[in-house]
Amino acid sequence: MAQVTLRKVVKAYEGDVQAVKGIDLDIADHEFVVLVGPSGCGKSTTLRMIAGLEEITSGEIAIGGEVVNDVPPRDRDIAMVFQNYALYPHMSVFDNMAFGLKLRHFDKAEIKRRVDEAARILDIVPLLARKPKALSGGQRQRVAMGRAIVRNPKVFLFDEPLSNLDAKLRVQMRTEIKKVHQTVRTTTIYVTHDQVEAMTLADRVVVMNHGVIEQVGPPQELYHCPATRFVAGFIGSPGMNFIPARLENGAGALRLHLPGDIVLPVPADRTGRYGAHAGRPVLLGLRPEHLTESRNTDRPNVAPFPATPEVVEPMGMETLVHFRIDGAEICGRIDPAVPAEPGRPLPMAADLNHMHLIETESGRVL
Amino acid sequence: MSERDAAIAARPLPVGPSGLPAAPAAQPTARRASRLQRIARRNSTIAFLMTLPLILLIGGLVVYPFCYAVYLAMLNKRMTRFVGLDNFTFLLGRETFQNVIWQSVVFAVSAVLLKALIGFILAHVLHALPSRGQRAWRGMLLVPWVIPPAISTLAWWWLFDPSYSAVNWLLAGFGAGPIPWLGEAGWARFAVILVNVWYGAPFFMIMYLAALKSVPDQLYEAAAIDGASFWQKLRYVTLPMMRNIISITVLFSLIVTFANFDIVRILTNGGPQDTTHVFATYAFQVGIQSGDIPLGASVSLFMFPLLAVFAVFVLRGINRRSKEIGA
Amino acid sequence: MSATTAGAAPAPRRSGSLARERRWALIGAYVALAVFVVFFMLPPFHMLITSLKGSAEIADQTGNPWMVRSPTLENYRDLLTAGNYLTFFWNSVMVTACVVVISMVVSTLAAFALARMRFWGSQTLATGVFLTYLVPETLLFIPLFQIVGSLGLINNVWAMVLIYPTLTVPFCTWIMIGYFASIPKELDEAALIDGASHLQMLWKIFIPVALPGILAAMIFAFTVSWAAFIYPMAYLVSTDQMVLTVGIVSDLIRADTFQWGKIMAGALMAALPPLLVYAFLMDYYIAGLTAGATKG
Repeated sequence: MAQVTLRKVVKAYEGDVQAVKGIDLDIADHEFVVLVGPSGCGKSTTLRMIAGLEEITSGEIAIGGEVVNDVPPRDRDIAMVFQNYALYPHMSVFDNMAFGLKLRHFDKAEIKRRVDEAARILDIVPLLARKPKALSGGQRQRVAMGRAIVRNPKVFLFDEPLSNLDAKLRVQMRTEIKKVHQTVRTTTIYVTHDQVEAMTLADRVVVMNHGVIEQVGPPQELYHCPATRFVAGFIGSPGMNFIPARLENGAGALRLHLPGDIVLPVPADRTGRYGAHAGRPVLLGLRPEHLTESRNTDRPNVAPFPATPEVVEPMGMETLVHFRIDGAEICGRIDPAVPAEPGRPLPMAADLNHMHLIETESGRVL
Repeated sequence: MSERDAAIAARPLPVGPSGLPAAPAAQPTARRASRLQRIARRNSTIAFLMTLPLILLIGGLVVYPFCYAVYLAMLNKRMTRFVGLDNFTFLLGRETFQNVIWQSVVFAVSAVLLKALIGFILAHVLHALPSRGQRAWRGMLLVPWVIPPAISTLAWWWLFDPSYSAVNWLLAGFGAGPIPWLGEAGWARFAVILVNVWYGAPFFMIMYLAALKSVPDQLYEAAAIDGASFWQKLRYVTLPMMRNIISITVLFSLIVTFANFDIVRILTNGGPQDTTHVFATYAFQVGIQSGDIPLGASVSLFMFPLLAVFAVFVLRGINRRSKEIGA
Repeated sequence: MSATTAGAAPAPRRSGSLARERRWALIGAYVALAVFVVFFMLPPFHMLITSLKGSAEIADQTGNPWMVRSPTLENYRDLLTAGNYLTFFWNSVMVTACVVVISMVVSTLAAFALARMRFWGSQTLATGVFLTYLVPETLLFIPLFQIVGSLGLINNVWAMVLIYPTLTVPFCTWIMIGYFASIPKELDEAALIDGASHLQMLWKIFIPVALPGILAAMIFAFTVSWAAFIYPMAYLVSTDQMVLTVGIVSDLIRADTFQWGKIMAGALMAALPPLLVYAFLMDYYIAGLTAGATKG
């Protein structure tokens, strides 16, 4: 039993600077939760408060039903993997993994059994006698995870564990972490600034910004139904395009007036949702994959519009085109077979079935 | 130590997304003044206990003796009567002591300048060598610094012996006459400086070499591409990068050289006719050998104002250097 | 970058001239080095030569003093079999060993607390430690003479064990603070989560990880207490209490008879321990020397 509960947790530093401003979060047993957000959003502080490395200013943190506010880290039954691995440089891989068990006076045979098992899961059996210095980045990462696994704790805490790896290894270790979690099923809280990691690893993603939680949900939900402008922009790469627009009610149908005299029809099934906002300035949010070369314009709610790419980036399976609509930088994704050149007009189409409208002042997605 | 403050300061200020000032949600309730705070308090007690031996040592054997020295310096010779600043004014009025002041300053300044110069040249020469040979040369050049000066000065003393001087034998080979190294005031002053330079130059060399190695090669490459000559590289790249370490080393060495005892004591014992005495040897002669403790203490204390000024500058240099390296 | 291209006129850049310039620079560097190595090595070399001479050969003024004609080990034999030299040596070893142990215990504990456990006044204390290092012993030897006297320790070699730590501990603490501060914070946090107490953290993590720093500090403490001169000079009177730095002179110079052969042999043997430490641990020795210039 190791659910983790945060109730109105606040972290304030001297001078009333609040890094975390009262967050509530329930994490179920066996769940893999990722805290994601830009640097300084309070995600690491939150993790460190759960670990007991930072004191909680107010609020309550419970692990496995027991309030741990005043419990020192070693008695919280948690294990943590750090960004720079924090392997003890003078100890062999075996000793690194065994250290926590030795301090807890496990008997030798049990320590050996646990370390061997963790080493087998992580595929580092041949490395057990080596010192961290003699390991590659990926191997160190495994050892750091091994150190967490042998303890068989209630909760795993990961603090940006992949940031120090190169891009290729990062993808590989990502899969590895997911596999390990599927094997040991320990409740995991994982902090990253990389939304791709968050999307690929998490059962649920917690998006944080400025010390508050913007949205909590499964990855697909965050992608398709972001609750705020921040989440909409943060999740997905390249990010969602935001175009200032005006919602107008004309002849029973809603229309979006974009700068540059572009007028897009709002799908009929959204009329109820948006009707109350007619006549107000809004932000139109559209992901790049819904701004394509002119195609399927016969389908409902796909509207053509003219554009002139300024930069064309072939990615192989797709081509990104960057253009402007009245100063706003817009990115679209087109079929690589379509000839596109900077400066040459290219007819585009917007798939408004996937549009989002955002209230300009509050940043709320309507 | 200060890393932690920096880390905290580096955290971006969380301004509420709504622009509202952060609500006073942080109200430490009485209940929370409990275990973690007790632990924190216990931690600082542990920390205090760990530093206690250090505090006792510094307090008992440095700070207290210093204050005691000030008190001693204001007593009469038999330590029965408080005489205020009489010892100091008495010393300042004596010609011997005026010579001691003058000699200490000349000794320290000229020795430090020579050490710095030789150290600077040697560091550059070593730095220019291929790294394979550097170690062996560096190893040999540091030997004078490794031998305790009280021991190596004995060798110099023997080299300067009036009748058997091996140095004079060498000079005779060049046709130069025998030099009364320790017998004449001028030569004796030169001899103590020479030995001090011999002993201390390797320290400068090693400090400057470390500083040179910390200058990134790209700077020299960039300067070379910009068309800088050797002297221009020295002037615009090397010196600015080394400025801090040069001043730290010079100031530090000024303190040590100014307060030197071993070399003068063994080589000349202040002679001939007290012409080579520095503060420390004179204080020893007056305070320990002649038994006038208060006067000896006042002689030592004369060093203090100058040393204090140097020390403050060393500390400033080190703080700056740490910041440079940290940045 | 070569030092000795100094002043070389910017020659027309032909291929090959650069290589030649560099070669001349290197030759110049070696000449400069050789001159200084000779200057630096003359006294120890002469020490060695003299120590191998009998007293008759030393007194003989006709020969080359830089050569030894009939080498003998009698000076060494005499020192090691008769007289007080072995007493001095033993006293030096004992004092130095005690001082090194005391310095390391005091400075490691203090440095750990100052580097990692911030408490009231810790910043001031760290600065104070460094300022203490800058206080020369010649400023304090007279009041300490009175203090040592009031403790009844004048002419007692144990007084050195009490006083030498004032020379070693401040700098050792200072460089240990630097080494400890360079250990990543995450390492303590990992240890904290692994369940280590403060003392376990110090003993099992910090000391092993900062071992190079500990070694550098130990070497420093060793060289300083081996070389200390003014305190034994001022406080030790009888030969059974003396250490090497003062013993050699006092024992071998009686009135006006200088036994130079023995003095040099004794000096050489006294210089040997630091030289050996230096030869085998040069990197740590130098690390300790240069560490003082930064906070780590």
